[in-house]
Amino acid sequence: MSAIRKAFLLAAILAPLEAAAQSLVTALSTDRVPILSNFTGERIAVFGVIQTDAGARPKDGWDVVVSVRGPRGAVTVRRKDSVGPMWLNLDARNYIAIPSFISILSNRPLELIAQAEVREDLRIGIDPLIPPQTAVRSAANDPQFRAGLQRLRSQQGLFFQRPDHVRFISPGVFQAQIDLPGIAPLGNYDVEVAVFSGGALVAKNQLGFTVIKTAAEQWVAEAAHKNSLLYGIATAMLAVLVGWLASLIFRRD
Amino acid sequence: MEIYLPIAEMPIDMFLILGMGMTVGFISGMFGIGGGFLLTPLLIFVGIPAAVAVATQGPQIAASSVTGSIAYWRRKGIDFKLAFVLLAGGLVGTGLGVLFFNQMRKIGQLETVIAIAYVLLLGIVGLLVSLESVKALLASRKGGKGMRRQAGRHHWYEGLPWKMRFHRSGLYVSVIPLIVLSALIGFAGAVLGIGGGFILVPALIYIFRVPPQIVVGTSLFQILFTMIAATIFHAATNQSVDLFLALLLMVGGVFGAQFGARAGANLRGEYFRLLLGALILIVAARFAADLVTPPREMFSVTQTETVR
Repeated sequence: MSAIRKAFLLAAILAPLEAAAQSLVTALSTDRVPILSNFTGERIAVFGVIQTDAGARPKDGWDVVVSVRGPRGAVTVRRKDSVGPMWLNLDARNYIAIPSFISILSNRPLELIAQAEVREDLRIGIDPLIPPQTAVRSAANDPQFRAGLQRLRSQQGLFFQRPDHVRFISPGVFQAQIDLPGIAPLGNYDVEVAVFSGGALVAKNQLGFTVIKTAAEQWVAEAAHKNSLLYGIATAMLAVLVGWLASLIFRRD
Repeated sequence: MEIYLPIAEMPIDMFLILGMGMTVGFISGMFGIGGGFLLTPLLIFVGIPAAVAVATQGPQIAASSVTGSIAYWRRKGIDFKLAFVLLAGGLVGTGLGVLFFNQMRKIGQLETVIAIAYVLLLGIVGLLVSLESVKALLASRKGGKGMRRQAGRHHWYEGLPWKMRFHRSGLYVSVIPLIVLSALIGFAGAVLGIGGGFILVPALIYIFRVPPQIVVGTSLFQILFTMIAATIFHAATNQSVDLFLALLLMVGGVFGAQFGARAGANLRGEYFRLLLGALILIVAARFAADLVTPPREMFSVTQTETVR
């Protein structure tokens, strides 16, 4: 709750400075999400204040879309086909710069906020955030693979839309909740807050946070990747130690 | 209670993994096998990436082999010379297996390779063990004698060059078939996340006629070192060994094995092997079913590179 108060305070300080056009002040409840050994997900709050001249408030109010995008990476999508009685991965398409996490939060369904072309242009929504496949070999562009990618990530809870997760606390002041799942990938996340009025973009802000491993998890993961040989030897020695201890504990004679 | 696995990069129920380790440990204690062929499929089944499931078997099997080796060593049930000859083949096989594993993973066929290999390997071994135990059961009903070593009869592979005498096992055979056998098992072990005891033990008994009281300890001792090697090779080349997962499995496994060993002492040999054969066949059938049933989801996604 203190974060809400902070956002209000921020708004109060900034209000007199921004006199004329519509401007946007936003804040995140945290910019670092540490993964501890009991990490099962995290909720991050986004606060925003839309400032405008006293009389310039649009009569049907504002719409807010918060787009959260996880670290991007290259992805291979494979399709199973039948070979005799078996089902094997045969066909594949490669994609680059695919966000590992996409969450689109808004105060009402996106279709009601802006036209499809506008959303496509501004990259608002899950589909516009997924680049088309890269040209590999002579593989023809097959929309099924892209749809498969989107479907699988959605099932894993990594891609989702929440048209009711942005709440206006009062006119011009809003709050949103980013629900990070336990399997949220590590890395830098971009948060884009876009304010619409009458179907057009009126203000936009960029924020970000980082999901990091801490303490033991970080140490283990780092050791495994940076000193992999040593890590392997240490793990093997530990296994021998556990086995030896067990034989001491359970020795029957 | 959920715990975050640093290499698999996912949270998992700690007690689920401990429980799985314990159950498989119980079974492995009962039958004197490593249990990797049960644990790897179980881990894949609960959502651990196949690569992590296979690579993390190494430390788990090594831990349970230490306990077993110590017990057999006290009883003088290890033929060290034989174990070291087997180990030479095992290390070569493990190294090649890890290379093959990494290559298959790169071209996206690792899951398929694992599934097909499990069906073939477990199908054949399960069938052989079941048939043999049924035969032994029938023979013991008729009051016939079990398998006896026939003096003067030798197989062709025993006469190959580089013959060596193994006093403890009472063997005088060429080391070539021994090394080939253990290399094949080492290869399979690295790719499938198994120790291979369930192949090595019957092979040593039926092919080389190593006395039963020596065979389990020797095989355990050999597996201990191949699994240490597999752990190091996997960790160094594909970074898929998850320390936390391994620890949970080890702790569950060593406890389960103690109770399993006690339960196993009350089972009769032939029934015991029939049960083991059935168990192996069930796992094989499960993989076969997965391969041939049309999948509900045709697509799969692999992250090949991440910018953090």
